[in-house]
Amino acid sequence: MSTATTATTAGTPGTGIGGTGTASVRSWKNPIILSVVALVSLVVFALGAPGNSVTFRLSQSSDAIVLPSIVVSAPIVGWSCALAMLALAAIAVLLTRAAVRTPTWLIAVFALLFLVAFLTWVVGSARTPNVALYGLLAGSVTLAVPLIFGSLSGVLCERSGVVNIAIEGQLLFGAFAAAVAGSLSGSAFIGLLAAAVAGVLVSLVLAIFSIRYLVNQVIVGVVLNVLVSGLTGFLFSAVLSEDSQRWNSPPRLPVIRIPILADIPVIGPILFEQTIVGYLMYIAVAVVYVALYHSRWGLRTRAVGEHPKAADTLGVNVNRMRFMNVLLAGVVAGIGGAFFTLVAVSGFGRDMTAGQGYIALAALIFGRWNPIGAFFAALLFGFATNLSNVLSLLGTPVPDQFLRMLPYVVTVFAVAGLVGRSRAPGASGIPYIKG
Amino acid sequence: MKLELIGITKRFGTFVANDHIDLVVEPGQVHSLLGENGAGKSTLMNVLYGLYDPTEGEIRVDDERVSFKGPGEAMAAGIGMVHQHFMLVPVFTVAENVALGNETTRGAGLLNLSRTRERIREISDQYGFAVDPDAVVEDLPVGVQQRVEIIKALVRDAEVLILDEPTAVLTPKETDELLGIMGQLTKDGKSIVFISHKLREVKAVSHVITVIRRGKVVATADPSASTTELASLMVGRSVSLSLDKAPAVPGEVSFRVRDLVVQAANGQRVVDGLSFDVADGEILAVAGVQGNGQTELTEAILGLQDHVSGSITLGGTELVGRSVKEIISAGVGFVPEDRSVEGLVGTFSVAENLVLNRYDAAPFARGLSMSPAAVAQNADEKIAEFDVRTQSASSPAGTLSGGNQQKVVMARELSRPLKLFIASQPTRGVDVGSIEFLHRRIIAERDGGTPVVIVSTELDEVLELADRIAVLYRGRLMGIMPGTVSRDVLGLMMAGMSADEALAQVHDVQGGNL
Repeated sequence: MSTATTATTAGTPGTGIGGTGTASVRSWKNPIILSVVALVSLVVFALGAPGNSVTFRLSQSSDAIVLPSIVVSAPIVGWSCALAMLALAAIAVLLTRAAVRTPTWLIAVFALLFLVAFLTWVVGSARTPNVALYGLLAGSVTLAVPLIFGSLSGVLCERSGVVNIAIEGQLLFGAFAAAVAGSLSGSAFIGLLAAAVAGVLVSLVLAIFSIRYLVNQVIVGVVLNVLVSGLTGFLFSAVLSEDSQRWNSPPRLPVIRIPILADIPVIGPILFEQTIVGYLMYIAVAVVYVALYHSRWGLRTRAVGEHPKAADTLGVNVNRMRFMNVLLAGVVAGIGGAFFTLVAVSGFGRDMTAGQGYIALAALIFGRWNPIGAFFAALLFGFATNLSNVLSLLGTPVPDQFLRMLPYVVTVFAVAGLVGRSRAPGASGIPYIKG
Repeated sequence: MKLELIGITKRFGTFVANDHIDLVVEPGQVHSLLGENGAGKSTLMNVLYGLYDPTEGEIRVDDERVSFKGPGEAMAAGIGMVHQHFMLVPVFTVAENVALGNETTRGAGLLNLSRTRERIREISDQYGFAVDPDAVVEDLPVGVQQRVEIIKALVRDAEVLILDEPTAVLTPKETDELLGIMGQLTKDGKSIVFISHKLREVKAVSHVITVIRRGKVVATADPSASTTELASLMVGRSVSLSLDKAPAVPGEVSFRVRDLVVQAANGQRVVDGLSFDVADGEILAVAGVQGNGQTELTEAILGLQDHVSGSITLGGTELVGRSVKEIISAGVGFVPEDRSVEGLVGTFSVAENLVLNRYDAAPFARGLSMSPAAVAQNADEKIAEFDVRTQSASSPAGTLSGGNQQKVVMARELSRPLKLFIASQPTRGVDVGSIEFLHRRIIAERDGGTPVVIVSTELDEVLELADRIAVLYRGRLMGIMPGTVSRDVLGLMMAGMSADEALAQVHDVQGGNL
């Protein structure tokens, strides 16, 4: 039996010839990026380090368990991080010269060092060089909640082969429905339910047009976003603003605090002091992950998204599978939308999702179409957003406008492939036509 | 299980793909369906497998009428199909692929793959498949992927197995193994419908042969019938299967390849240190199983590959590092392996496709504008010369049949003076009649004094055309043999044996038999 490895994925005939001489085609992208970033860090974080010390607070004084604050000297942290980053960049250069790809751990450690150096520098340069690390993290998770729901919605759709650009519209319509239904009924839970229904409605249009009528999925998604934005914007000014007491003052979802567990420093509030939407988010990530990789439904979903014809020849109804997944995605994104009007603020505002649906899409790609990956990617974006908020409060020398760019810059760099190529489901975006 | 197809007719609009086809598959039999591409074999099997609804006719299983709304129902009735293009999810493991659609679960819909793995091991042991249930399918060789497909059918208790052109992607050795497996399966009482146009294999393995032409059953033949007899039944007229060609008169060596290395984006050396010469007036055929570097070799010559090192010279001029346009102007004619994707622009007319390589030169271009009259005149000449069957010169090339598309590509590439002619799979998917014609044109080009490089995965074609044969395996040259070398030696070399080893082994076997 020959052992020629002939990788045949759909559309790309086998070119994967194994064998001994698999020295990589040298890509200097990673070492060059790392070197440039390391040198910039040396100049800014080490040479330009503020002379004072920086305080990171880990708990509030009122907490049950009070951890001492971390106090570090900005120059020491700046220099040691910058030098370590230079060393890592040098290793990457050496590895590439030996035709070895830059390992992922190296990039991860590098990114962590950069983050520490950046935080120390930026907080150290602020008027008050003192930041609550627990608040920074908790805030990141809160801001990431709609992103995570949005990217899970994307996972469900794209894994089954339907591109979901309409996440933005699902979130926005969910937020709108939650506000209106919550206000009218006086119950936040009915608002939450309405949000899910609204998400499904958007999904239904996406599913009908992209699966039944084979319309280009990206176009349907974009059109849906514009439609929802226009519709909610119109209703907002025509109805909601007229009598906002009646239409647009939903009750907020209560924060449910789990005793004892919520007292764990730093992670306690993040995991155990959330609204129902926050808890649902953790549950959704876990459930989608387990279901996708360990259930019959997941196996079929992935098959339908990778090679629908193979699934069809085994008796799986491809389009029904896709339809159900897109509707389910609507439920998930709709609940994510409720976050805006039932958790973040109490009331709907025109276009209040502000492009978060697109960031969720980026998180989906950055997280490599994996629920856990998307979760962490969304957290990163949430962190970037929260950091820019916190920093503008601390009064840093960096102009506010630049800080507000931070989440988007992170998004661009993340998706541009700092973490290597990610591979979309094989049939994502391609309608399935029998025969 | 006895399977009967009675009066099956399938129409697509006005086109009749299957015309009242009757077929009986008895248990324990290999029933071969022989026919050219487009004769309607695959359509018939898709009807049987529930992928298409028949326009007329009925299917009977053990004398009971059945109708299948989808593949699921066909499978439940005991029919399994191994498609020509494998229906495997490349990123799934073997077990996941086998389980799909037929999953065992532990309640709450959670997968229980251990049961599936067990079944795979059982079947794998029974037939000697050597398939690892946890291997990821895209990492497996094509021959093993095919066994996964067979396992998929057997796990679902298939009694009738349809194999659609199963040997097209296999090495000669893998083909022999597959034919052996088919024998074992029929011994166990399974029946097999074997679809092929390779006469040798059909004769070797069948109990009954049904010949289909233009959607109709034209004959039922006995495996003892001669290949010429079967071929003429298939084509509908007598065909000469062997080409009378004069021996080559090699002239000077004008095309040289030295230490050619092509790397894929992931760093694999898909072409690994090739050196060979082709003389004027000589055909060098490159043999090998698909995916062993042939595509990259031809594309590197034409300048379509990045990461090329080494040297390719034509008449003393270095080609490596030049643009495709420059290489074409240097007199290289190129027939790519996939005509519909790379050889033609499907939405362009036949006439336009015939000038794609010369559209910007006289007489087709006059300054900035084209000369439609010259393009049309050229089209009429070429269509007549190459016998392209098209409604008109202005029909979109994509509407032509595969064989006629190939003629358009060949006509274009051969219609100017060449310094080098390269053709990949020059007759893939072309009917037997046209093969003969295209082969004669290639020989004519050779006799005109052009060095010719033919890449083909069909041993028949290689042996037919070649003056010398280079065998590629994993991007390396296993050796260059004279055109008269035996099929067995080539088969061994295609599986990775050096020329000397292969010659020695074949010699030993023959010595032992004598």
